[in-house]
Amino acid sequence: MAHAASHHDHDHGHHDQEELKTFGFWIFLMTDCILFATLFATFVVLRLNTSGGPTAEELFSMPGIIAETFILLTSSFTSGLAVLSMQKGDKKGLIGWLIVTLALGIAFVTMEITEFVHMVHEGATISTSGFLSSFFTLVGAHGLHVSIGIVWMIALVLQLARRGITSVTKRKVTIISLYWHFLDVVWIFVFTVVYLMGVM
Amino acid sequence: MAHSHAVKRYSGLMDWLTTVDHKKIGILYFLAGGIFFLIGGLEALLIRIQLMFPDNQIFIGGTYNQILTMHGTTMIFLAAMPLLFGFMNAIVPLQIGARDVAFPFLNSLGFWLFVFGGLLLNLSWFLGGAPDAGWTAYAPLSSDTSLRGVDFYAMGLQIAGLGTLIGGINFLVTIINMRAPGMTFMRMPMFTWTSFVTSVLILFAFPAVTVGLVELTFDRLFDGNFFNVSKGGNEVLWEHIFWIFGHPEVYILILPAFGIISEVVSTFSRKRLFGYSSMVFATLLIGFLSFMVWVHHMFTTGLGPVANGIFAVATMAIAVPTGIKIFNWLFTMWGGQIIFNSSNLWAIAFIPTFVMGGMTGVMLAVPPADFQYHDSYFVVAHFHYVIVGGLIFGIFSGFYYWWPKMFGRMLHEGLGQLNFWTFMIGFHLTFFPQHFLGLMGMPRRVFTYETGVQLEMGNMASSIGAFLMGIGTIAFVLNIIITALKPKNAPADPWDGRSLEWSIPSPAPEYNFKQTPLVRGLDAFWKEKRAGNKEMTPAEPIGSIHMPSPTILPFFMSVGLFIAGFGFMYAKYDFENGLLATLFGNHIIAIIGLVITFLCMFLRSVYDDHGWHIEPEELEDKGVKA
Amino acid sequence: MWRLMPLLAVLALAGCGDPSISAIDPQGPVASEQFFLMKLSLAVMIFVFAVVMIIYIYVLVRYRKKKGQDQIPKQVEGNHVLEIIWTVIPILLLIVIAVPTIKYTFEHSKDLREEEGVVHIKVTAHQFWWQFEYPDNNINTAQDMYIPVGKRVALELTSSDVKHSFWVPALAGKIDTNPGMSNIMHLQADKPGIYRGKCAELCGASHSLMDFKVVAVSEAEYNQWVEGKKTPAKVTADTAKGEQVFKDNCLSCHAVGGEGAGLGPNLNGFANRTEVAGVLPHDAASVKKWIQDPQAQKPGTKMPKVNLNEDQVDQLVKYLETLK
Repeated sequence: MAHAASHHDHDHGHHDQEELKTFGFWIFLMTDCILFATLFATFVVLRLNTSGGPTAEELFSMPGIIAETFILLTSSFTSGLAVLSMQKGDKKGLIGWLIVTLALGIAFVTMEITEFVHMVHEGATISTSGFLSSFFTLVGAHGLHVSIGIVWMIALVLQLARRGITSVTKRKVTIISLYWHFLDVVWIFVFTVVYLMGVM
Repeated sequence: MAHSHAVKRYSGLMDWLTTVDHKKIGILYFLAGGIFFLIGGLEALLIRIQLMFPDNQIFIGGTYNQILTMHGTTMIFLAAMPLLFGFMNAIVPLQIGARDVAFPFLNSLGFWLFVFGGLLLNLSWFLGGAPDAGWTAYAPLSSDTSLRGVDFYAMGLQIAGLGTLIGGINFLVTIINMRAPGMTFMRMPMFTWTSFVTSVLILFAFPAVTVGLVELTFDRLFDGNFFNVSKGGNEVLWEHIFWIFGHPEVYILILPAFGIISEVVSTFSRKRLFGYSSMVFATLLIGFLSFMVWVHHMFTTGLGPVANGIFAVATMAIAVPTGIKIFNWLFTMWGGQIIFNSSNLWAIAFIPTFVMGGMTGVMLAVPPADFQYHDSYFVVAHFHYVIVGGLIFGIFSGFYYWWPKMFGRMLHEGLGQLNFWTFMIGFHLTFFPQHFLGLMGMPRRVFTYETGVQLEMGNMASSIGAFLMGIGTIAFVLNIIITALKPKNAPADPWDGRSLEWSIPSPAPEYNFKQTPLVRGLDAFWKEKRAGNKEMTPAEPIGSIHMPSPTILPFFMSVGLFIAGFGFMYAKYDFENGLLATLFGNHIIAIIGLVITFLCMFLRSVYDDHGWHIEPEELEDKGVKA
Repeated sequence: MWRLMPLLAVLALAGCGDPSISAIDPQGPVASEQFFLMKLSLAVMIFVFAVVMIIYIYVLVRYRKKKGQDQIPKQVEGNHVLEIIWTVIPILLLIVIAVPTIKYTFEHSKDLREEEGVVHIKVTAHQFWWQFEYPDNNINTAQDMYIPVGKRVALELTSSDVKHSFWVPALAGKIDTNPGMSNIMHLQADKPGIYRGKCAELCGASHSLMDFKVVAVSEAEYNQWVEGKKTPAKVTADTAKGEQVFKDNCLSCHAVGGEGAGLGPNLNGFANRTEVAGVLPHDAASVKKWIQDPQAQKPGTKMPKVNLNEDQVDQLVKYLETLK
């Protein structure tokens, strides 16, 4: 039970700070889950309330959405490859795959913004109908999360370049990869509930 | 084994602004929560002054609606919750034998977010009017943009709510991971158990209201149509989202109070808590069921008899675990040696008062009867019985109980008795007549009432009672001041306590435990004392103690969000001043605020905080060989 | 117990309230059934409270710490039998409450609109007045809802702006009026009388002033009232001036008989209204006060201040008082 008197930096004596932070992030993801669940509930309630404005069928261009899905899913895969590199101690591989991941993320967000701008030009804005208010908020919230993830990942890549793989940076990579996978799962729901159900 | 970290130590105001120490943060929560409690109490007195006589013209119309909205919003979000967080912060780490919470930085952040969110909300009084759609902000009344008050409501609560969520995550991780060796879940004190379940409730409830507030804000600021019926919105959607949060919220308020009562009743009967495992089970069941009953706030919305019926039964079900708790407290006292000091008086008064609130709760669970009670003074009576008679009584009890541990002084008993009797009698005088006012046809949230239908007497009694409660509150504030002037000489264990916080000096030293204790059973300290030990058996040898570094970043992160909040709220405002119009209209202020916050986050990420150490030589005494 | 003194005093003095507005002095079958449920649930709860209080008082008296008591009392972990008792008995008591609860929950939500002999009224709530339409008789009126005694009245309710709630405590519990949606409820008055109605959902600055009345009359009187609504008001030379003022200034919002818009209350039968604007006593001075400055009487009302001189207002009042 007793620990040695000569102690290292960040250990409080009966748990590991890095593990604690990872666990804390899992708890945070649970709250983000509820957040998206509420947004989905709103969307499901309002999705047919087009108020004379454009409907899902009229607005959604599935080829673009399928491409976005493919891109995001691939980025989740590459983030997994990044973590594998990290576990092998391969700093170059880790950074490389993270860069690929965030590049794919940027592609995703760019396509999504283009889609939104196009919709606005067609007269489908957040103030057009209940359906569109909930659409933009739900899909936009996901896109915002991805954007924050991209900025975060860039900052992390820079830190990794300077400090390499340490127990602290390992934890940071673990956490961001959890976040990224989470957003991927949310996207699957968005794709199904918003887009697929919208055009079928 | 000293490390070469420079020891960062601040003093005075900077100490308080940069602290990440859970004990100091607890005191900060009490201070801020206390101030907001006085503000909310003042708003209550204004309401009761207006309602003292029918046809009073002191506060009417929109002004009255602002006062009632702010009374409710302030009391629930800015007074009750922070006071509870104050106790959770001050006590939970001590009760589990830990040196701090899991994330001290986040702890501080949670506090400052609450302060700035509450500040933003209350600035509305000076900036065009406070929110006036009730603390429940039903749409589409709340999406009416002609009155700006609701913008403050949405933004202020969003920021403060973020603070609460962070606090919930923090306590959850702390309680799961940082218990002293030997402290299994079933050996945790009840206050820690209830804090744990409360944290789970916060986790699941707050994200829902976050989304609700975002949707309301979008309707207001961007012409969204979530709740705008003419363009495909749905008003009932707001009610669902709000109450899916709102009902667990009230259990978030009461569960920690239940925990306090368990501690106090047990200590001052000199008996262990009767039926500990069923108390734990009842707490878990209440927590779970709290998510299953939200529609009982919507019985009159028109969802239909099936929905109403299901939720009626679910609501009645909550009475069962609550009743279990009441009986367990009574039987804890049975066969004991009951001491009637200030702390215990509050706990003893809690029992019948909360039962009365629970009784009206079961009555309210009957939909056809609720068709009469809903939105009348009957409901106002019910929720004040459980929130004030439950939560506030519990908080007062906790203050008298734990004041020595937190401040090293005992609150004055004489003033404590004055505080208790005036507040308690005033409370019943204020709220008991309100049951009848409601049944006799007085709706809630009204600034006047008809003459000639016998509502005058009840309203007058209620207003007199409110003044008595005010006097009781003043007595407590006086007590705090007088006590602060006394020397810091409270004993470590003034009450022959049962849990770990009583095994360390009063007030607790900065590092809490010089050696993490070894827990050998429920009521860990009591067990050691009865086995003849004066102190806890340590679980580790004396060593240097790692402490987290103080930091000003959480303060500035909150300032940043505060500024950004204003930036978003005033982006579409018609400013006369050209400079202001440019700054706000182009979102410059909003961006500045966000940049401040993100900059702080960046700094936090880039500078790894290794903390600092307290060396064994600096510890207050030599400790025990492990 | 000393604690109960202030409560009992108030209780004794309060009585049961006024029969025109009290839920505990019900004047119709729906309110009576709801009152029954109140009494049932209260009785069960008082029984529980009594049990708790008996144990409570006993414990506090018997086990207070006495002088010289220093040994630690026996520490008791629990008692399974007791715990089972106080889990099972409350469940049984709740079942006693739950069964009639479910029964009346379904009964009070029944849709009676298509049933025989039921009076059908459509209620629309506005900020800050109540509109009542009788679709079977083509009547559109406001503020006073006439119903025949002893007959069931099926209501269909909605709101034209924000959420309100329709509450006539003496006759039945309330139901919310939601914008964009329709709710249903029914009520019945057993005796003739004027029953007070209240808005029971915060709806703006004049939420407290959004009163209405349910006027229950004998069936004969009710039929008379329905007939009377079909005949337009007789305009005499005396009131012609006032009628002109009305046509020039008020028809854009208020309707009388077949003419006019529906933005404000229909003024058909205005002269018989129990109150002016729902809250002012019905006399010439109040009507004048209202017309001259609606905002002062009801903050936030949508009725604007109309530019009329003293004489015009007087003529208008005279005309309005002929609208029977």
